[in-house]
Amino acid sequence: MPIDDAAGLRRILGRDRTIAVVGLSASWHRPSFFAAKYLQSNGYRIVPVNPRYAGQRILEEPVHASLEDIPFPVDMVDVFRRAEQVPPIAASAIAIGARTLWQQIGVDSAQADRLAGEAGLDSVMNRCTKIEHGRLFGGLHWVGVNTGVLSGARRGAAPGTARERRA
Amino acid sequence: MSERVFRTETLAIHAGQIPDGDTGSRALPIYQTTSFVFDSAEHAASLFDLQTFGNVYSRLSNPTVAALEERVATLEGGRAGVAAASGMAAEALALMTLLQSGDHVVAAGSLYGGSVTMFSVNLLKQGITTTFVDVNDADALAAAIRPETRAVYAESLGNPSLNVLDIATVADVAHAHGLPLIVDNTVPSPALCSPIEHGADIVVHSATKYLAGHGTTLGGVVVESGRFDWANGKFPGMTDPSPGYHGVRFHETFGDFAFTMRCRMESLRVYGAALAPQSAWQILQGVETLPLRMERHCANALAVARALRQDARVAWVSYPGLDDHPQHALLQRYMSGASGLVAFGVKGGLQAGVRFIEGAVFMSHLVNIGDTRTLISHPASTTHRQLDADQRMAAGVPDDMVRISVGLEHIDDILWDIDQALDAAAGRAR
Repeated sequence: MPIDDAAGLRRILGRDRTIAVVGLSASWHRPSFFAAKYLQSNGYRIVPVNPRYAGQRILEEPVHASLEDIPFPVDMVDVFRRAEQVPPIAASAIAIGARTLWQQIGVDSAQADRLAGEAGLDSVMNRCTKIEHGRLFGGLHWVGVNTGVLSGARRGAAPGTARERRA
Repeated sequence: MSERVFRTETLAIHAGQIPDGDTGSRALPIYQTTSFVFDSAEHAASLFDLQTFGNVYSRLSNPTVAALEERVATLEGGRAGVAAASGMAAEALALMTLLQSGDHVVAAGSLYGGSVTMFSVNLLKQGITTTFVDVNDADALAAAIRPETRAVYAESLGNPSLNVLDIATVADVAHAHGLPLIVDNTVPSPALCSPIEHGADIVVHSATKYLAGHGTTLGGVVVESGRFDWANGKFPGMTDPSPGYHGVRFHETFGDFAFTMRCRMESLRVYGAALAPQSAWQILQGVETLPLRMERHCANALAVARALRQDARVAWVSYPGLDDHPQHALLQRYMSGASGLVAFGVKGGLQAGVRFIEGAVFMSHLVNIGDTRTLISHPASTTHRQLDADQRMAAGVPDDMVRISVGLEHIDDILWDIDQALDAAAGRAR
């Protein structure tokens, strides 16, 4: 079963720092670019994965053709692909030692979720990394979204921020 | 781990406000500022491109206002909300974002006067036409829908006529035609009625009334359910590249809160009727006690309606909380109370109505509703005085009609003031 509760999502987004974005578009107004740009500006290292742009740069980061081509460890594999294309991506995520398989909104391969879960990865399905980060760490609240977050303790700093390092 | 589903009383106090991260302030700070500094040129660019969430200028968003927006969105069971300077500003914000010249709206036949004027005068001037029908009549509603119709608009509990909207039936007809149902939920407030739960797609509020609750502050809120399919082909403004935002496709980019983002970034940004942070704070003070106050408003109003029903000086009483009201069953289906408005007829017609108003001791003659204070109005001699008696009847405002917005004073005192004002209306000295 995919992880879907606030505590679980907060743990993943607080732990994972390097995110391979599979299917990242180079067009600035596409959702994948929005999400990756947002995550990058919130302190995450973005690793673009898209054979169409292999060898080029997106968001100033070199683009890799496949997950296996990335020459360093990645924490999360964030997937912007149709559901039927995700199981082999899940297998690659397991092979390269990723900690999380994250399927974006509208991407909901139960098979990939099961593969990742059985291999001990955290699995998230049909959720947006940008929206969940904004929901749990404050930004989405500023545009009036019902975040579902209630707390009597002061708002924690977002992971990787200067305020978190000060705390 | 399953998430706790918090109840209305808890959400009214907590939703949308977490203690400030920098200072630990438990109460909501008032961010009395026009503008917010950028971290860097790159951060500024990302904000303007909508690629990151943050505050730029208080006409677009403000942290104090955001607390109200999230709280009302949460209380309504919606996905997101956006506040505006008044209830009318909120209604205009929703409609101006949704509609364009050539579009058509089907609206309930009995609406708040300001809304009637918006449809029949202001929107008409912009080439947007409206057909008014009894929307609870599913056949009449369906018959009024045209190819160019883009919304169905109604009030959950009508003001001043106190008619109850058959929300699920109306939503079903609207959805069968690919249209969103917009519901003004001002009179019951989210403490008594959740239109989104029954199928409404957009809820608008005059927060001035029960949400703020103390007669001090103007404000409005638009809430979207997050469930309407904006990609059904009828709403290119939601799916096509936005000329106002260098090609952003709102629906694709923001998904289930795209309508709220469009309201904010396309309409509020340009028309400018933003809510002041001080006002948002005042309204939130009221919202914290909303469930408590609504309980008492309902109890007092029911007691007033029951007393008036037995009073020989009164010609008729309308309160949907009375069990013999023709819409009482409908009310029970959709609302946990009938709110605080009671309408009744004073025997003796227009002049008796005037004498009733003038005979009150602490009940105030004014045109607001949803105050802690009991408020009275006589539409025939004020808001509807330009119409003749026949026109007033057609508008559902008979000459003897008095509307009471029952407040939170002790019920015995409220009943006393009504009793002695009825004596004055009958020409008897106090």
